[in-house]
Amino acid sequence: MPAHVPSTTAGVEDVVAVLVLLTEFAMLRGPLLRSQVRLYAFQSLAVSVLAVVVAATRHVADIYALAGLSFALKVVIVPAVMMRLLRDVDVDLAGSPKLGVASSMLVALAVSVFGFFAVGSLHVHSSLLPTTTLAVAFAVVLVAFVLIVLRSDVVSQAMGFFSLENGVSIASLVIAAGLPLVVEMTFLFDLLVAVVAFGIIIRVHHGRSGTLSTEELDRLRG
Amino acid sequence: MGALLVALLAFPLGVGVVSYVVPVRVAKVLAPVSGAIAFALSVALVPAVLAHGHITAGSELRVDSLSVVFLIATSFLYVATGVFSAGYLHLDRGRSGARYGRRFYAGMNVFCWAMLAAPLVSGLALLWVAIEVTTVVSALLVAIDDTDTATEAAWKYVLIASMGLGISLLATIVLYYAGTSVFGAGYELSYAKMLAAGHHLPPEVLRLAFVLAVLGYGTKMGLVPVHTWLPDAHSEAPTPVSALLSGALLATSFYAILRFYQITTAAIGSTFPRNVLLVFGLASLLLAALYLLRQRDIKRMLAYSSIEHMGILAIGMSFGVTLAFIGVLLHVLAHAAAKGTAFFGAGSVVRKFGTKDMTLLRGGVGALPWSGSMLVAAVLALSAMPPFGLFRSEFLIVSGGLSDPRYGVAAVLVVLVMLAFVGLAWSTTQTMLTSGPADAALEAVPDAALQANPDFALQANPDAALQANPDAAASPHRVTKGEVSPWIVLAMALGIAALVLLGVHLPADLSRLLDHAAHELRAP
Repeated sequence: MPAHVPSTTAGVEDVVAVLVLLTEFAMLRGPLLRSQVRLYAFQSLAVSVLAVVVAATRHVADIYALAGLSFALKVVIVPAVMMRLLRDVDVDLAGSPKLGVASSMLVALAVSVFGFFAVGSLHVHSSLLPTTTLAVAFAVVLVAFVLIVLRSDVVSQAMGFFSLENGVSIASLVIAAGLPLVVEMTFLFDLLVAVVAFGIIIRVHHGRSGTLSTEELDRLRG
Repeated sequence: MGALLVALLAFPLGVGVVSYVVPVRVAKVLAPVSGAIAFALSVALVPAVLAHGHITAGSELRVDSLSVVFLIATSFLYVATGVFSAGYLHLDRGRSGARYGRRFYAGMNVFCWAMLAAPLVSGLALLWVAIEVTTVVSALLVAIDDTDTATEAAWKYVLIASMGLGISLLATIVLYYAGTSVFGAGYELSYAKMLAAGHHLPPEVLRLAFVLAVLGYGTKMGLVPVHTWLPDAHSEAPTPVSALLSGALLATSFYAILRFYQITTAAIGSTFPRNVLLVFGLASLLLAALYLLRQRDIKRMLAYSSIEHMGILAIGMSFGVTLAFIGVLLHVLAHAAAKGTAFFGAGSVVRKFGTKDMTLLRGGVGALPWSGSMLVAAVLALSAMPPFGLFRSEFLIVSGGLSDPRYGVAAVLVVLVMLAFVGLAWSTTQTMLTSGPADAALEAVPDAALQANPDFALQANPDAALQANPDAAASPHRVTKGEVSPWIVLAMALGIAALVLLGVHLPADLSRLLDHAAHELRAP
């Protein structure tokens, strides 16, 4: 590393990545399912902006296409699918979290600090690697795990998984910007298929139990 | 030869799409035929990879000996499951039965297609995509019975497996980053290229990628402690899907781990990846062996046996010698045949007796002379009894392990396998080789449930019918003697024949293939 002061580009990337992390925290807090979905849409918007920044600063034209696709899919289609599902099932409150807001925030904070420093301690330094952004991406993934573990309704858990994918997207944008476009597009297509599958299973679950809660999903043991 | 790869990739997908459109009785025939073609194509690849080392088609498709081993395992199970499904599903009762059949056959063929695609692609990113597709399709297949427990299992499966795959996507991206120091910012992430880069790759980054890959793909493979979805999904899925999940899907995820293992070994030597696999393998084997001792549900028992065998595979890799590698790859083939057969037998028993609870099952062989006996044989094969293939493979793994200075691990392996054997053999002999309850009412449960709730009976799976009428399941009943379907017997006979062949007389070409593949796994 030539200097400890990050360049403007790296600074912008870091800011956007931190924004994604903060959204993740907000998702952990939000009691309404609709607000979860809106926060996810906002988070995806931030990821799409990051894609534009990466495309502009590193002169990888492919990534503009990726940014557009990611916007269409993650900011428009996925939230629309989830909102429609919420309208159909007519449930608005998220399941009661297993920890209070304050405690879950503390857990998430501890976990994200751990993620941040764990990546730092790997000592992977190179001019190509924005270590800070990568560390934030790991923190996003870990907080998404906390979200999935602590929430007890299927929609929040699904949103947790989608936001985990956003964390991975950040990592992929900053450290693997050159990944062929066709591969990135396949990843997104895959996300779409996963959303459909999650949607179907959520509907089946709601159809059978009349709730979105996961409290009753404890029959299979041993 | 490249055309073979394209055919293998295109064919099952086409059949999946067609199955959704055509009448179910046509789909019923198409599935085993398509499986047989896939199997024939995979076997046809053997001489070519032995002669040329590898075959490519375009830049995206590439197979070497290692991939062919997994192609053979998956396509074999594809045929057998196609045959089994023809006998297992009763799909001709009314419209909802036909809808179920269409969904089932479309899903099953696409599921097999995705599992065959994984070893065919050369890119590690595409490999990830193929495995993610298997998750999505198989989760829907687990949910297809539309019961409370099936929905629960499907939710746990899709959520946990997707989280695992999120981690393995991260592993793929980190690996891509490792390659940028050699190839520059933009390149194709294929395993052949990464292997060629070898020790030029940065070691810390590779370590991170390998651990993430084992954790991520290990979730799909069923390694402890990230196995928790597995027993639920295997026990609640329709039996043909359970067989595919256990025999083929777990192996496909193992294949992904093997590719990361190869690359990591080429870059930083084998010590680190071997230690990682050893920890996961021992944990899996230990936990599975203990759970096998106290399992009541026959399908859950087989699911824990899968975790046990995945543990054996991981430990086999940790020995790091060619002999053990040959054993591991043979184990993949033999496990596919044995676990498929065992699940088919369990499906036959469940259909006959109307319960999965082994404390209620008695006199299995009496009621089902063929499939019952073959279930016992398959369980003995799973316990690594001669003359079956798993005996040979575990023998090779243990011999390889004894040549390691840390031979204590091989000793622990043997002890835990014995423990698992006790659990499996005890439960199976209790249920299958006893005489049936003498003076119980004569009523086979699926029929009883059918009368109680015709809506449920339309859905093809007996498990669903059972849930509709749990009282019928709990009540003692005598079952008439006779097989459920000749197709089930045929599917099981295929599996047993393969197991005996692998155990007694390994075909020369297959033996050379395993040898080649094992050498590919040893670092250059």
